[in-house]
Amino acid sequence: MGNIFEFGSIIYTKASIVNSSILSLDNIVKTYDKNVAVDGVSFEVPKGSIFGLLGPNGAGKTSLIRIITTITRADTGTVLLDGEKLNSRHPEQIGYMPEERGLYRKMKVGEHLLYLARLKGLSKEQAKLQIKHWLEKFEIEDWWDKKVEELSKGMQQKIQFIATVVHEPKLLILDEPFSGLDPVNTNLIKDEIHELHNKGVSIIFSTHRMEQVEEVCEHIVLINKGRNVLEGKVQDIKNQFKRNRFQIDYEGTLPPGLELNADIVEQSDHSITIQVDEEGRSNELLQYLLQNGVFVHAFNEILPSLNEIFIRQVKRV
Amino acid sequence: MDKLWLIIKREYLTRVKRRSFIIATLLTPLAFAVFFVVVGLIFQYESDDTRRIAIIDEGNVLERSIKDEKNLYFKFVDVELEVLREHFDEFDYDGILVIPRVKDLMSKNYTVYYYSDKQPTLDIESLIRERVREGVKDFKIAALQLDPVQLEALDTRVALEPEPIDESGQDASKLTGAIAAGIGGLMGIIMYIVVFIYGMMVMRSVMEEKTSRIVEVMISSVRPFQLMLGKIVGVGAVGLTQVAIWAILIPAVVLITSLVFGLDSSSQMQMAQASPGAADINPEDAEAMIALAIEEFNSLNWWAILPLFIFYFLGGYFLYASLFAAVGSAMGDDLGEGQSLTIPITIPVVLAFYIMIVAIQAPNSSLAVWSSIFPLFSPIVMPARLAFSPPLWEVLASVVVLAGSSIFFVWLSGRIYRVGILMYGKKVTLRELGKWMFYRD
Repeated sequence: MGNIFEFGSIIYTKASIVNSSILSLDNIVKTYDKNVAVDGVSFEVPKGSIFGLLGPNGAGKTSLIRIITTITRADTGTVLLDGEKLNSRHPEQIGYMPEERGLYRKMKVGEHLLYLARLKGLSKEQAKLQIKHWLEKFEIEDWWDKKVEELSKGMQQKIQFIATVVHEPKLLILDEPFSGLDPVNTNLIKDEIHELHNKGVSIIFSTHRMEQVEEVCEHIVLINKGRNVLEGKVQDIKNQFKRNRFQIDYEGTLPPGLELNADIVEQSDHSITIQVDEEGRSNELLQYLLQNGVFVHAFNEILPSLNEIFIRQVKRV
Repeated sequence: MDKLWLIIKREYLTRVKRRSFIIATLLTPLAFAVFFVVVGLIFQYESDDTRRIAIIDEGNVLERSIKDEKNLYFKFVDVELEVLREHFDEFDYDGILVIPRVKDLMSKNYTVYYYSDKQPTLDIESLIRERVREGVKDFKIAALQLDPVQLEALDTRVALEPEPIDESGQDASKLTGAIAAGIGGLMGIIMYIVVFIYGMMVMRSVMEEKTSRIVEVMISSVRPFQLMLGKIVGVGAVGLTQVAIWAILIPAVVLITSLVFGLDSSSQMQMAQASPGAADINPEDAEAMIALAIEEFNSLNWWAILPLFIFYFLGGYFLYASLFAAVGSAMGDDLGEGQSLTIPITIPVVLAFYIMIVAIQAPNSSLAVWSSIFPLFSPIVMPARLAFSPPLWEVLASVVVLAGSSIFFVWLSGRIYRVGILMYGKKVTLRELGKWMFYRD
């Protein structure tokens, strides 16, 4: 009975992957000359998720993104966008903000956005409507006739963001979106990303800044030297890499012989971090403390940060 | 296709609307006008420096007659040279010309002496020599008792009139060569300038897109080849616009200024006469020649030449602009560093220019013929030969080869371009450019 149920659930899972992925990469290989940039990467981006594409510099992130955005083609492997093989109509459904981004300096803001929107397949009227909407949203309606070169860098980045989303893409790819942004603009863009996420837009967020990933992403894939090292939900990955560490804030004196039951990682006045060898042992430990008259204020499991996991994984490979 | 059109439109409009374009387009004809006026004034100014020259004719060689020139007056004096030299400052002369006796009638050499506190200018010197030569000639004719009419008849003028072998052929006049050379040279020079100005414009623009980092945004919407082609076509249209405006404005401005400043045909004639070798054309001959030239000009087969000229304009432009685009894509932020990459492109252009100059003088030499078929040279050499009515097979071969090569080079450059625009921070060599052609997409 249990076997049949399991069998059925596997089929169900497989079918749900096909339907629920906005993007699926299968065994992508890309070489330049003799240099292997991407070496058999596979992952799925769930529809409507904020997905982190992580990796150190030179890991192959940009090469992968260029394949997804149809700028280049993979040597082997398949890319499906919403269940369809990548084709020449897909760029209109993707919004891409490259890490290396710029604008035509001599153009006026309005005509520049109009140009980029029309290249994404919008009609002139649609494009105007959308651009006006976004300029109003950012309270910069009066920039239409300003030349790009008159804008500050931060102002230009707002325009770049609008250019990325103006055609209402299904999939948004942001490569280091916050690099060079001041805190005010970072928050502004973050809010917009969340708003788009709530509207159901799938977002790929590529970066090597882990604290941003933890804040924003639900799923991640970690790439190093052209291969994927780690993939899954942020929470699952953290659980997978936890080391049964607990931080205990207490009052009173710790019973002797604590170190026989657990490793003490860090100790300070009224606070101690310890590591147990098995997950269940934490309960025993707590019990032991209470029985010995220690007054426990807080008992927290410490999950590793993505940064730790990232560094550990990258070093290991 | 829609996207390509959008790109072309942007590339064209942003340039044409730019203030620098409008200024350059309008100022160039003005510069021509200024040049024309200044040159005209210079020639009018030439001889306002009045000179008075005293002549001491010891043997009465000139028989007291010599023709005055504009601003140059001669006076025969019967004063001793020593007296004249001593009191030179009191007399109002600029120089003293001493004509000694002719000692040997059969000698070809004869020396006269010019005393002055200033060096004689070149034009005065040659004028005096010419006048004295004429005088000595008359003196010798009289002394040797020759018949001047018979002597005149010895000097025969020879004209060469080209005639076709078969009767249906075009009757070319003696001016055809000169007219064809003029038009051919002009066409070749225009092509040379067009390739350089607008080819470089494409290159700079590709570089700007790369260094301003707009290019990756662009090619996430359009194919790199579309972007490159759109740019080449757009800039080419800018070139056509500018050349067309100049073709109308420059003659108009020159005409107007020549009317306003009164640089009429006689002063132009003076300019022509000032050039060496043109001195013995008398005004009546010149007028007839101008009429003949206009007739020749009209008799050229413009219905064939003009479309062909536009074809070579486009073919040459596409070929070279695409190469410049490929090189621009390989250049980094540093213009100087990539400059060496443009040398392989500029060398054939410059070579073609020199071959063109030779081809005008010998339009049917094998150098001219093969260069006007070789696609890197033909856009500059062939337009220069068109006015000499080259054989049909040469024109056809040249057109076919150029058309094919232009398409090939645009394709080839596209393959380099698509890789180059995404390469940052690397110094690129020519060998690497070659490798890029074979990269997969």
